[in-house]
Amino acid sequence: MSGAPIGRWGPLSGTIAPMNVVVCVKQIPDPAAPAALDAQSHTLVREGKLILDDSDAYGVEMGLQLAAEDGEVTLVSMAPNGEVSGLRTGLAMGAAKAILVSDGALKGSDALSTAKVLAKAIERAQPDLVIAATESTDGYTGTTPVQIAELLGMPSVTFAKKISVANGSVRVERQTEAGYDEVECPLPCVVTVTAGVVEPRYPSFKGIMAAKSKPVDQLTVADLGLDASSVGWAGAGQEITGVAAAEERGAGELVVDEGDAHERIVAFLEQLKLV
Amino acid sequence: MTAHPVTAHPVTAHPVTAQPVTAQPVDEGAETVRDAVDPGHTPVDRVLAALDAVGFPELQELPGWSEASPEMVADLLEGFAAFVAEEIVPLNAPGDREGSRLDPTSGRVHSPAGFAAAYQRYVAAGWPTVPFDEVHGGGGMPWSVGVAMQDILASANMALSLCPMLTQGAVELLARWGTPEQQARLLPKLVSGEWTGTMNLTEPDAGSDVGAVRTMARPAPGGAWRVSGTKIFITWGDHDLTDDTLHLVLARTPDAPPGTRGLSLFAVPARLHGAGGAGAGDAGGAGAAVGRNGVRCVSIEHKLGIHASPTCVMEFDSAEGELVGELHGGMRAMFTMMNAARLSVGVEGIALAERGYQAALAYACQRVQGRLPGDPSGRAVAIVEHPDVRRMLATMRASVDAARLVVYSTAHAMDVARRHPDARRRAEAAELVGFLVPLAKAWSTDLATDVTSLALQVHGGAGYIEETGVAQHYRDARITAIYEGTNGVQAIDLVQRKLGLGEGSAAATILQQVRERADQIRRDGHRDEAEALMRAAATWRHAADLLIDRRAHSPLDALAGATPFLTMTANLVGGWLLAGRLVASGTGAAAGGFGASGGSPRGASDRDRKVARFFLTQLLPRTDGLVHAVRGHVDDLVI
Repeated sequence: MSGAPIGRWGPLSGTIAPMNVVVCVKQIPDPAAPAALDAQSHTLVREGKLILDDSDAYGVEMGLQLAAEDGEVTLVSMAPNGEVSGLRTGLAMGAAKAILVSDGALKGSDALSTAKVLAKAIERAQPDLVIAATESTDGYTGTTPVQIAELLGMPSVTFAKKISVANGSVRVERQTEAGYDEVECPLPCVVTVTAGVVEPRYPSFKGIMAAKSKPVDQLTVADLGLDASSVGWAGAGQEITGVAAAEERGAGELVVDEGDAHERIVAFLEQLKLV
Repeated sequence: MTAHPVTAHPVTAHPVTAQPVTAQPVDEGAETVRDAVDPGHTPVDRVLAALDAVGFPELQELPGWSEASPEMVADLLEGFAAFVAEEIVPLNAPGDREGSRLDPTSGRVHSPAGFAAAYQRYVAAGWPTVPFDEVHGGGGMPWSVGVAMQDILASANMALSLCPMLTQGAVELLARWGTPEQQARLLPKLVSGEWTGTMNLTEPDAGSDVGAVRTMARPAPGGAWRVSGTKIFITWGDHDLTDDTLHLVLARTPDAPPGTRGLSLFAVPARLHGAGGAGAGDAGGAGAAVGRNGVRCVSIEHKLGIHASPTCVMEFDSAEGELVGELHGGMRAMFTMMNAARLSVGVEGIALAERGYQAALAYACQRVQGRLPGDPSGRAVAIVEHPDVRRMLATMRASVDAARLVVYSTAHAMDVARRHPDARRRAEAAELVGFLVPLAKAWSTDLATDVTSLALQVHGGAGYIEETGVAQHYRDARITAIYEGTNGVQAIDLVQRKLGLGEGSAAATILQQVRERADQIRRDGHRDEAEALMRAAATWRHAADLLIDRRAHSPLDALAGATPFLTMTANLVGGWLLAGRLVASGTGAAAGGFGASGGSPRGASDRDRKVARFFLTQLLPRTDGLVHAVRGHVDDLVI
């Protein structure tokens, strides 16, 4: 569906070796179903089926486009259980394989522990480029990708809306409040992709059938050479001390037009700093 | 590093895919559902539950279907539903408003905005291929999976779904009757959906009486045929979804015997292919199209519903065609696809009923009106809390669930009849298909009218206004009781041909299984439900014996009772299948005589069990009263 070349540099030429792209993806509880928080830990209950985080679909799509000519996409993910439904979606879209770090010890991991685990897993794939979403839909910390970059000793570029690769470096159009910056960065590096910047392909019938036989390498924390005490609850440097319900919306203010309604509306918007 | 102003480079936000697909807002077992959301199509979990209940997992054991694991099929259907939610659902209401249009000068039909692009994406993703044999480029999945996909597609956009549905019929005909050369040349493009197919049977004076067909096919040099005549009610007879359309046309040949025995089947492509462009041997071939064949759409009908689906009057003027199957074998060929086509219409029935139910449930949860008696707070409540609204919703849900099990059981039996290694099992399944098809077609589509009407009722005055969308479901549903053999024709078929109570007949076997299931659920503590099932079975037995007797001695009286008898029969079968939810898990409910036992291997939810109880104790007994109509005589029918 989205066959257009990614960047103004055009599609990958034969100037570099096969492009090995890692896309970090997260499997999350279906946002359409009611979410629940664990009463003790205040973390999201992640039982049952998990789906591919929508915000990751853009990264997968970008990775697939970059690797289309010569290369492949490897998904990297972690979960406290062995659930792979969300990964299957990414594999059905066209990723070649997946690495899932699945270990009960990962329960309670904070952003930095997550980054440590993912960085170790990514190292195994020896990527030319690591793509991640800017943030996950269920956690919203938005810090993991840059932590991964730091741990891997790679440069990172955030908020990409367009990525192109040539001659061993990546050129990124990086979204800003004013427009976008053009950034160039040597490979390998970590790039985070803004949601909505490409149209993720649908898994096709053949893609879904093929996904079943694609390899999903399931690893434990020990397999990665990490100490279980450095991840999960044990390794978490942060703690959720409390959760409160959002304030209920109060009744709206009714403006009866007595000739000055426009002024009162402007005043209201000014008060909200919207104008 | 250059900074660009934002105005010069607007960022286009693309909609996020797959968000509300399997929205399951309902708190299982809760007394009141409070926040239902209308997903716009049959939810995947409902489809999977029905497949599971009719014994889908056993198909995986049959030759060639090892890939069809329940997990794989769940992935497949979820992927398909995500596509449908994003690409097909949004076209439904606008397609109804815009409708397909005929350009009278070119004779070409233009589908509503967005339809062609959506159809092409559907083809590009490989979805049309799923239930066809791999040898013709198909996905090699059981027909049951195709039925599940139709359920999702037709609920999202019935008008669009008709196009691939008819193509399926063309594929089935050619796969059964085409020569190996014809199959190799024509099937891959039909299977992929790059071409569509149409069925050209009806003429102004040949409707239910197909034998009156007057369209003529005359032999031309080189083994070709020239087809001339006028066909009406040709669904998607012309359109802009694809480059080409293959018309399958029933026509009479010179010197043919009168009636249906003189009809032959011809394949007539909309465009001429091949280097010469003239030889019928090239018709539909993969060669470059060189011009249009002598067939065109001369008008399209203005209908109650399915506005986006062009219903064409097709004029064949010495159009090039080729014979499919034997000369004078046209009706026999048509019969081979009839069961699947009738089942497809039954699927449309449950799909639209489901759509009405989903819309009504969501509306009832959101619409606040009135107070509950005895509620000291005096607060206004969502209408879903009003008992009478709940009765409507409960009736809708139980009806859809029961009819879906009948439809999916039929598909399942078709699959068993096709691939089971044991010839006896194949024969039993084929007989079951014959018995179930009139029920699956007529009952589901009668219920579609009832249930979409209730959906409108739940919406109150808003339902009568087009903007809420439920009026469209009601209008779209109405045709399903008419086409592909009217429901009256289905009832006649059941009474005259399908009903037999002898040893090994489908009806006798079902009766036996009803008794076994009633015993089972009685043992599991569902005494009232077991009694309701047994009482319905006894009444049905009485009616069936009466009709079998009358069939021989007073056939008009037998036919006068056909429609109420079909309704009784379908309710009994639906009740039997739903009762599977009441069988305690782990008691080996599945694997009945036909594999269509309606067990609950994965365990029904508490809500599912309540739906079954409601059907058995409140809806099923209503059909006891129909026995009086069956007992009546044709002379009682005063008009």
